[in-house]
Amino acid sequence: MPTFVYMTRCDGCGQCVDICPSDIMHIDPVVRRAYNIEPNMCWECYSCVKACPHNAIDVRGYADFAPLGHSVRVQRDEEKGVIAWRIIFRNGEKDMNLLAPITTKPWGKHIPQLADVPSPSQEMRDSELLFNEPKYIRFDDGGLHTLERAGLQLKVGVYE
Amino acid sequence: MAYKTIVEDGIDILVCGAGLGGTGAAFEARYWGKDKKIVIAEKANIDRSGAVAQGLYAINCYMGTRFGENNPEDHVRYARIDLMGMVREDLLFDMARHVDSTVHQFEEWGLPLMRNPKTGAYQREGRWQIMIHGESYKPIVAEAAKKSADKVFNRVCVTHLLMDEAKENRVAGAVGFNVRTGNYHVFKSKTVVVAAGGASNIFKPRSVGEGAGRVWYAPWSSGSAYGLMINAGAKMTQMENRIVLARFKDGYGPVGAYFLHLKTYTQNGMGEEYESKWFPALQEMVGKRYLDVEASHLSHRPIPTCLRNHAFINEVNAGRGPIHMVTMEAFQDPHLEEIGWHNFLGMTVGQAVLWAATDVDPKYENPELTTSEPYVMGSHATGCGAWCSGPEDVSPPDYFWGYNRMTTVEGLFGAGDAVGGTPHAFSSGSFTEGRLAAKAACKYIDDGKGEGIRVSEEQINRRKEEIYKPMEHYKVYRNEITAGSVNPNYINPRQGLDRLQKLMDEYCGGVTVSYMTNEKLLNIGLKKLKLLEEDLEKIAAENIHELLRAWELKHRHLTSEAVMHHTLFRKETRWPGYYYRGDAMKVDDENWHVLTVSRRDPETGEYTMEKAPCYHLIEDKQEAKAA
Repeated sequence: MPTFVYMTRCDGCGQCVDICPSDIMHIDPVVRRAYNIEPNMCWECYSCVKACPHNAIDVRGYADFAPLGHSVRVQRDEEKGVIAWRIIFRNGEKDMNLLAPITTKPWGKHIPQLADVPSPSQEMRDSELLFNEPKYIRFDDGGLHTLERAGLQLKVGVYE
Repeated sequence: MAYKTIVEDGIDILVCGAGLGGTGAAFEARYWGKDKKIVIAEKANIDRSGAVAQGLYAINCYMGTRFGENNPEDHVRYARIDLMGMVREDLLFDMARHVDSTVHQFEEWGLPLMRNPKTGAYQREGRWQIMIHGESYKPIVAEAAKKSADKVFNRVCVTHLLMDEAKENRVAGAVGFNVRTGNYHVFKSKTVVVAAGGASNIFKPRSVGEGAGRVWYAPWSSGSAYGLMINAGAKMTQMENRIVLARFKDGYGPVGAYFLHLKTYTQNGMGEEYESKWFPALQEMVGKRYLDVEASHLSHRPIPTCLRNHAFINEVNAGRGPIHMVTMEAFQDPHLEEIGWHNFLGMTVGQAVLWAATDVDPKYENPELTTSEPYVMGSHATGCGAWCSGPEDVSPPDYFWGYNRMTTVEGLFGAGDAVGGTPHAFSSGSFTEGRLAAKAACKYIDDGKGEGIRVSEEQINRRKEEIYKPMEHYKVYRNEITAGSVNPNYINPRQGLDRLQKLMDEYCGGVTVSYMTNEKLLNIGLKKLKLLEEDLEKIAAENIHELLRAWELKHRHLTSEAVMHHTLFRKETRWPGYYYRGDAMKVDDENWHVLTVSRRDPETGEYTMEKAPCYHLIEDKQEAKAA
């Protein structure tokens, strides 16, 4: 179900062009609005649909296997941290509203700026540990798993 | 050409491709390299790029040692069984022992992980999978990468790695072009972490026409992880190990949550259970070591994914299709029904669209399943990728050359789909691999291994000319014809992709031949790939967007050639259900309990193949006694 753009809603702002992972949302030079230049490289990922500030982009199921007359619409709200979906069947008999959280924290606030955290010691550098380890592995006092601790060795050939 | 050349010099760590592997690498690199210059080059927009652009509804690799659930070695054994023994257990163990710390950070950053209200642990979907509300998984990890990186170059498609001219076999950066401005970008860097994607769209897809975009793995996964590294002369491993997925028909919606959490199951067109009847013959074919029906029944030992595919394919070919997913029982529970739909909306919206379009309500109708065309990648239930060094404290000497996740090219590291032999990493494991590669890359630089790199103007100009050649070619020959796309002097990227897909399908075991190939077919396929390579020198791009497609195709072609050579080399059928060597229809442990390793000579294009020993984790008897 490749994307398409409604003529009366699109103002050519280019948000969809900016976000499309497949580089297929482009601005048409004549009507100066966005459109899908390559539907057979569209993954129906909805990145552009979610990014459009005017709800101008929608999806119509792939012509080679999806009959017309369905609708899957979405509203994504970073402030509220939720995404809302509405699915309507072709026969109109099923009409579902589904809501899901997209984050549990204010956007980007709880991601550490690693340039500002204390530098790792030489001992840490020489170890196999990564940032925040070993603490973040199990939140206990234990260290990193090793073959020795697990009583294991690597042996060549078929195993039994 | 009027395009500018933009040089970014003095980079310490260049991350090529910012999906889950690349974001992990960029994030972690800042911790070990406070004063290092970290740069990301991404062909799309980092906020929605890579295989997780659309989101995920589960994290498929989480040990849960914190909750007493699994240890890293348990995951290694699982991946080994699933891949019929052919894995890099040092790399797997290493990824598994770090992956939980990655997931715990994701939760802290705001990724909604579901909790089991009874136990307080994360909500399990299966033994290794936890359920998440992951619509914004990618934007969240992108924030982390952006905080660590000095610069993020969005919309820069990296086409080639730069090679050092002072020391042989050492990387020196990368080059590419901006898909908006068309400008030529040169990145001079001491290390490069290739975290680009695996390959969709190299085998002919089941979908036709407009629906060709509905591939299981993202259509923008252009095999660039392999294209870049193969072209630089890095050794590759297990490239024959393509994957075929059993998924909901046409939309390729995921089945993991359905099988594991919703407890749905499959049956044939007659409403019968069909898997078990194929297993006795299959046990003959692969040996009891890999399929022991009784043992699996008793101990819940998982049956390898490929072998379950085998039963599916054979049942359909016997005329008893279609295979259905029995959802009508589970979906009577409104809570489970909601999960079923959320699962699609979180990671494969297209399947929800398809069911809405065809009025398929799984509460009242059991949906059809299918087996997909093959995909080449290294992070799902398959392990294609570069031959990389493992960690010092785990790897045997055969697998260790100084720096964790470094390829056989000095200074060139991999993560995610780029690293071979590490299946079942998925999103969290790929991010973790990025972190491991970044730490090792910092150490490589601190050890002085990246000093004295020299890149000549000649190399930079040669690559520039090569990159824009498809546009030049178009300009020269376009006006020889009146209009249209038929030209005796060139093919366009779509025409080239169609040819690649057709020949891979027919000669290398795609869907139309029920995944079957043999030595004769593969040799013909290799010849046709060579001819295609010649024609790719004459590929024409009308504009910058087509230039992007042209380079994606060249990466896909290099990937395909490796797949063909590896498939020819491994003279056995190791993974029935992924592909079959009709001339060697058995698992042959005597000769082929080894990893396949290839190298393409960047000068001549010649391939050399070798076998590498396959090590497995076993109980250390002496240690056990001492304990």
